[in-house]
Amino acid sequence: MSSNSESLGHLPIDAMSTAAGEATKTDTHGHSHDAHGGHGEHHEEQNFFLKYFWSTDHKIIGMQYLFTGMLMALVGGFTVYVFRMQIAFPGISVPGWGRVTPANYDGLITTHGSVMIFWVAMPVLIAALGNYLIPLMIGCDDMVFPRLNRLSYQIFAISILVLGASFLVKGGAFGGAWTSYPPLSAKAEYNLTPQGAPLWLLAVALEFVAFLLGGINFVTTVMNSRAPGMKMFDVPMVVWMIVIASILFMASVGPLVAGAVMLLFDQTVGTHFFDPNKGGDPILWQHLFWFFGHPEVYVVLLPATGIVAEIITVFSRKKLFAYKTVLYTAVGTGVLSFFVWAHHQFIAGIDPRMANIFSLTTLLISIPVAEMMFVFIATLYGGSIRLTVPMLWALAFIGEFLIGGVTGIFLGASGADIYFHDTYFVIAHFHYTFFPIAFISVFAAVTYWFPKMFGKMMNETFGKLHFWGTIIPFNFIFIPLFLLGVRGDHRRIFDYSRFPDLMKPGMPELRVLATLSLVTLLAFQAIFLLNFFYSLFKGKKADRNPWLANTLEWQTPSPPPHGNFPEGLPTVYRGPYEYSHPDRAQDYWPQNEKAAS
Amino acid sequence: MDGAFPHEPEPMPSLPLRRPRRQVVPSSVLGTLIFVVSETMFFAGLISAFTISRANQGPGNWPPPGQPMLPASSTALNTVALLLSGVALLVANWSFKKSPSAPLTRGSFTASWVLGVTFVALQGREWASMFAQHLTLTSSTMGSFFYLIVGTHALHAVAALLALAWALVAVWRKTLSPGYFFGVQTFWYFVVLMWPVIYARVYF
Repeated sequence: MSSNSESLGHLPIDAMSTAAGEATKTDTHGHSHDAHGGHGEHHEEQNFFLKYFWSTDHKIIGMQYLFTGMLMALVGGFTVYVFRMQIAFPGISVPGWGRVTPANYDGLITTHGSVMIFWVAMPVLIAALGNYLIPLMIGCDDMVFPRLNRLSYQIFAISILVLGASFLVKGGAFGGAWTSYPPLSAKAEYNLTPQGAPLWLLAVALEFVAFLLGGINFVTTVMNSRAPGMKMFDVPMVVWMIVIASILFMASVGPLVAGAVMLLFDQTVGTHFFDPNKGGDPILWQHLFWFFGHPEVYVVLLPATGIVAEIITVFSRKKLFAYKTVLYTAVGTGVLSFFVWAHHQFIAGIDPRMANIFSLTTLLISIPVAEMMFVFIATLYGGSIRLTVPMLWALAFIGEFLIGGVTGIFLGASGADIYFHDTYFVIAHFHYTFFPIAFISVFAAVTYWFPKMFGKMMNETFGKLHFWGTIIPFNFIFIPLFLLGVRGDHRRIFDYSRFPDLMKPGMPELRVLATLSLVTLLAFQAIFLLNFFYSLFKGKKADRNPWLANTLEWQTPSPPPHGNFPEGLPTVYRGPYEYSHPDRAQDYWPQNEKAAS
Repeated sequence: MDGAFPHEPEPMPSLPLRRPRRQVVPSSVLGTLIFVVSETMFFAGLISAFTISRANQGPGNWPPPGQPMLPASSTALNTVALLLSGVALLVANWSFKKSPSAPLTRGSFTASWVLGVTFVALQGREWASMFAQHLTLTSSTMGSFFYLIVGTHALHAVAALLALAWALVAVWRKTLSPGYFFGVQTFWYFVVLMWPVIYARVYF
């Protein structure tokens, strides 16, 4: 595919603005040691440590988050391998771990859940992609608060150290499930992890501080630093989605932090906020947790749909269907997501009248999400579809997430949920939503933006092999779990062989099938890692715009230098999705290309 | 070009054009405002948890047996001190925009800071007296919530006063930047306005 450097439209004003801007860089940013490369007089070679560990460059910080998230995904993958082996083959000595004790089992499940959500999905979807993409896609040189951004990653790194420390203390990592319900989480004699429990809470709290700083940056940057000419409806959808998700996160996290402080006091100081015998209320935690926990689902879902929107339009060569509708829908979903939390508590003893209201809101929220799926299908309709690796992932997202969404209806209806609660049906539903969010959309994003991030193309054949090797086993893990859940398989059991009701013919076989599929899925991730690192060093060199896309990040060299736009900051003339415009010979029309008059 | 964003059409070379977009809300204020929204939700979580726990005790059981009443009337004085501090800072802001180095700017800013410190000191005295009456962090749910909520607010007040102290030194040295001043003001108004809510919900 051809380079499109000739199509870059620049007014002379841009060149002037950059020159003048560079001169005042230290005043406006306040990070004088941080010279932007690509501009002769200010170029300053930084050593490896300063460049990759002490940088205020949003791209480096985004990659720090990406690589850390990938590393944590390996931790989350290893823990699920160990406890799934125990579920399928009770009492087996798991290769790479050994015999799993009941305490191990609780710790492994807690670690899997909290790592995958708090240290994989959030950092990769929000922090890594938000940091990397926002300044590039809105056409500015960095975040508004670059040092705050660096602090954000540093706090995040400390949170991982704290979590890591909890593996080493007496009793091991926290074993109270990622939802951390008291009294299990509050009392050491129940969770058996007296030191792991407070460390887990501390790690989660630090991680939230990191994302709070990031979110402040994202929203402020998009509001105040967009390229001249970029109106609200010219902002690429993925940027909008990350902004809305950040606002949701920042508005919902407060009550959880309040609950976390109270729980930490219960664990360490001796208060009784959640102890019913001493005037406390354990259900209170569930409300505080899920008031955050349910918007959190949309905090990660919205960026994932944003990624899918970008990729589907590029590889359909078609305008995104109903841009404004998608945007308003996302805002509506965000608002509604604050009124669904108690559907996690239908059997926790809440008033059935309240349960009815929350059933209603839960069913309602499926409408906007379904609408987004229809919009994607409408975008595909009549397009010239190119089945590249990112496009395969984006299409898979629609299909797989749909299964997660449809099964959610059964759990949202309080009547059905009384039966399904705490069965493997919930697990399967949850993973049909979160696996597409945290992995399918992330694989789509990584394969799509890899040429921009590293200046190299990824191998398509290995990419497709990895795609099919992930998608097929994924369904073979969770369809059996749906079937098990319908048959009443309870989710919090260490050794099923002690429960004859749960060992009826077919049930152990389904567990073995799910576990073997999981091992297959994990094995295929080696292909991704090989492809990733091989392409990083030895891949074919990428043009600045290998996918012929419109958005601003593709109109600058790959990888973009420090400062992002060496030819001068762009001016925007149109929306991000002008593909196959009838008046043009080319089927794409970059946002910063001046119209021929 | 569109006319929606009034960046300079004929830029002069001397102007720093890196951010041609006019900021509707300055970045420092916007960033602080977003942070304040999060903080408001944090306090909302604490206060609603308190409200639910108190309602769980049933009517007539508050304060719990053996626990003192909170001194609502003497705390009214602290509340007035804090609100006056907010008003003084508003005056300082108004004067700063007209003339950053005017005596009124310095005077009202200093008054605001002193009133803020007075509030924290009076709250500290109140804590000492409540402690003497056997209300502690672990004596009852009431004690736990009292020290948690009021203590969290006090931590915010102290942090904001430190940030204000930095700005106060700068205003006397005539080096105070408007961005920093507006940002730290936003945070102080949050501390000031959160207090009457806490006072109304927790002390009565």
